[in-house]
This record gives sequence, structure tokens and C-alpha cells, in this order.
Amino acid sequence: MLDKTGIAKRIAQELQNGWYVNLGIGIPTLVANYIPEGIEVEFQSENGVLGMGPFPFEGEEDADLINAGKQTITVREGASFFDSATSFAMIRGQHVQLTVLGAMEVSQNGDIANWKIPGKMVKGMGGAMDLVASADNIIVAMMHSNKAGESKILKECTLPLTGVACVKKVVTELAVLEIKDGKFHLIERAPGVSVEEIVSKTEGDLVVPEFVPEMQL
Amino acid sequence: MNKLVKNVEEALIGVEDGMTLMIGGFGLCGIPENSIAELVKLGTKNLTCISNNAGVDDFGLGLLLQTKQIKKMISSYVGENDEFERQMLSGELEVDLIPQGSLAERCRAGGAGIPAFFTPAGYGTEVAEGKEVRIYNGKPHILEEALTADFAIVKAWKGDTEGNLVFKATAMNFNPMMAMAGKITVAEVEELVPAGQLDPNHIHTPGIFVQRIFKGEKFEKRIEQRTTRKRS
Repeated sequence: MLDKTGIAKRIAQELQNGWYVNLGIGIPTLVANYIPEGIEVEFQSENGVLGMGPFPFEGEEDADLINAGKQTITVREGASFFDSATSFAMIRGQHVQLTVLGAMEVSQNGDIANWKIPGKMVKGMGGAMDLVASADNIIVAMMHSNKAGESKILKECTLPLTGVACVKKVVTELAVLEIKDGKFHLIERAPGVSVEEIVSKTEGDLVVPEFVPEMQL
Repeated sequence: MNKLVKNVEEALIGVEDGMTLMIGGFGLCGIPENSIAELVKLGTKNLTCISNNAGVDDFGLGLLLQTKQIKKMISSYVGENDEFERQMLSGELEVDLIPQGSLAERCRAGGAGIPAFFTPAGYGTEVAEGKEVRIYNGKPHILEEALTADFAIVKAWKGDTEGNLVFKATAMNFNPMMAMAGKITVAEVEELVPAGQLDPNHIHTPGIFVQRIFKGEKFEKRIEQRTTRKRS
């Protein structure tokens, strides 16, 4: 089974040279720490920065320089700043090649829910709806089940949707799943995790090939 | 044209109960702190505030929520504010949550004389309810309408007496679009210089969008999530 770092490492393997990438809050943010050698990518944050670098050294935080998670950051050489309309022009205009974000639920036709639990939690969608509606390449980083042990990989989402038919790939602590033809397809399993466990924790329709390779991290 | 006003009191003359205000900033970054403090002092009520976020409990727009001066919030993300969540879930506060990119573009459109536009964001979700859908390039899009405000209140790093503005880093965010969409736009700046001191090549918001400019007395610039790394 993977921890959060493991999920981030696995997603980092999907990065391709020359891509502009938007990372959501939480596990997706960690992906930046595991860029494979020889790969050059640039991170966009929708609050208006391209070319994000690591967190600043203590004492060098700048209140005017944050990412979309409101964390203090630095920028790399060649970075740029822009307003929110320009930022979402990059996203809607498909100039950003990959979006990685978290989710509460994902369904087998690629629907995603991650912004609201009616009557309980309403944080808002932030930029998630713009991101999932426009990006061609969306990877969801999430845990396979919720805290109550119920599968988050579903036939149909039960929570208010963030976007429809948009998610292509899901990476959880147990597996890599691809979504196509209205079904989940098991691509890889996490080290030490059996196919049976993944099947039992997946509520949605899951296509399991004869051989399921273990992730190489 | 000289846009200079003496102070925040003069800058906010004319703000009345029931008005719609745009407030720049993303989280606590690039918010007009001095103007928000003055709004608390003025006690103006029943405000509709258009702002990406609602501050935190004791800073930013959270201050106006505590004093119950806000009737309605139009935002994209409000997760860091307990009082906001309480007022929303109890029905005291009207809330219109809209996707961040749509919010930015609706402000831009409002300032640019474009009454509405189609965007894919929100199709198939609650956000699309009651909105016209059209297919472009084989993909469904929803019609979103422009936003304007009685007052747009923005914060810039530098400004000159003509109202030209320069923003710093990610403190730019929503400020330029909101500056365009206010009937009266108020800019508070950290550094105020005479006309001619800013390089015209480097102006982010041209003074035509700004009606009143003043130098903020004090900027706390609170950090919401202080994240650092250790020196190795």
C-alpha cells in the first residue's frame, strides 16, 4: 500500500518533458518533489504564477508570493506572474498539459466530485471546475476509500459534481486505474496489494486484465 | 488626470448600505486591508461582496462577516473561514459560489463591455442550473453573465497620481479585472509616486480604470499558510 508520498511519486512518473502542469492542493502538491531525472516541467498555480519553485527558506517568506493553496513559495528563473483572467485563459485555452487534483468521489464515466457535501461542508470549487472542464489530461490523486471505509471509486457519484466525463486516470494508495468506455480499468497495483483487495474496495465496474503489474517506484 | 485622494476616508465616500462591492485579493494576498478596516468603521450594511475568498475569521473580509455587514457573498472558495461557513449553513448569509476562472472572466467581461460569454466550466454541475447551454467544438458550454460593482476596491504595490497601477507577484490576482469592473474603482497602494515616476512600459492597470487612489496607512500582509524549508 502506498502512503501519500508514494501516490505523488507514482503520478510524477506520468510527467513528460516540456509540460506545463497544474497541481491541486494536498497530495498533488507533493508531485513537484519527485520530477523524474531528465524531465523538465513547469508548474502553474491558478492564482497567477508560472514557474513555481520550492518553499522559501525560513525568514524569506513573502506574503505577496503564494500558491493556490495559500502557501508561501518561491519562483524559479524564468517565472512569470499574471492576473486571474490570464491564468484561467491558460487553463481554459488548454495551454496547460496536465492537471492533478484530489477528489471525494470519482465515477466510472469520469465524473468527479470534490467541492461540497450538502448540509455539512461547503468550501467552494475554487478553480477545480474550470480545470476539469478544460484540461485534456486529468489525473486524480485520492484514497481508494473514505474514512468510513466506503469506496470512493463509484458507478455514479453521490455528491454534487465538479465536472462530468473528464477524469482519465486515478492513482490511489492501492492502484492505478484508467477510465475508458464507461469503466475503470486496473492498470497497476501498489506494492504488496492484491488484485482481490482492489476489486473488493472498488464499487464501480472494474475491468481486471489477466496480469496486473506492480508499480515500480 | 489626478486621481489622488487624501486618505481611506475620502476614498470610500459614497459607499452606502445595500451596494455591491468587488474586493480584490486571493486568500489574504493582495487584499485592500486599509479599505476593509474602514468599511468596518463605517458600519455599512447589507453589502454584496464579490471576492474570490472570504478572508479568515479575524482578517480580510472575515472582519465584515463578524460584524454582519455582508448580506451576500459571491466567491469561488470560502474554506478557511468558520464564521462564514456557520452563517452560510444557517442561512443568514446568501452565497453564490462560482468557478474561479468564471469569476475572473465575469469581472473582466463586466469591465470590458461584454455582457456574457460561454465557458465549459461548470457544465453538468449545480453551477449550470438555469443557464443556457450551447455546443461549441463538440463540447457543451454554459452562458455566464458579466459582473460589475458600485465600488471596486483593489490593492496594488505601486501607483501614481494618475491612477496607474503596478502589482507585485501573486498579489496581482483578481485586482486588475476588478479595477476594470467598478463604477468607482478605489486603489490603495503601498507606494505612491508622482505621475512620470512609473515606467509606462510596466503599468499593469492603466489609470483610466481607477477613479481614486491613496497610499495605505498600514499593511499587515498576513500570511495564511507559512510554509518553509530548512537550510541544508
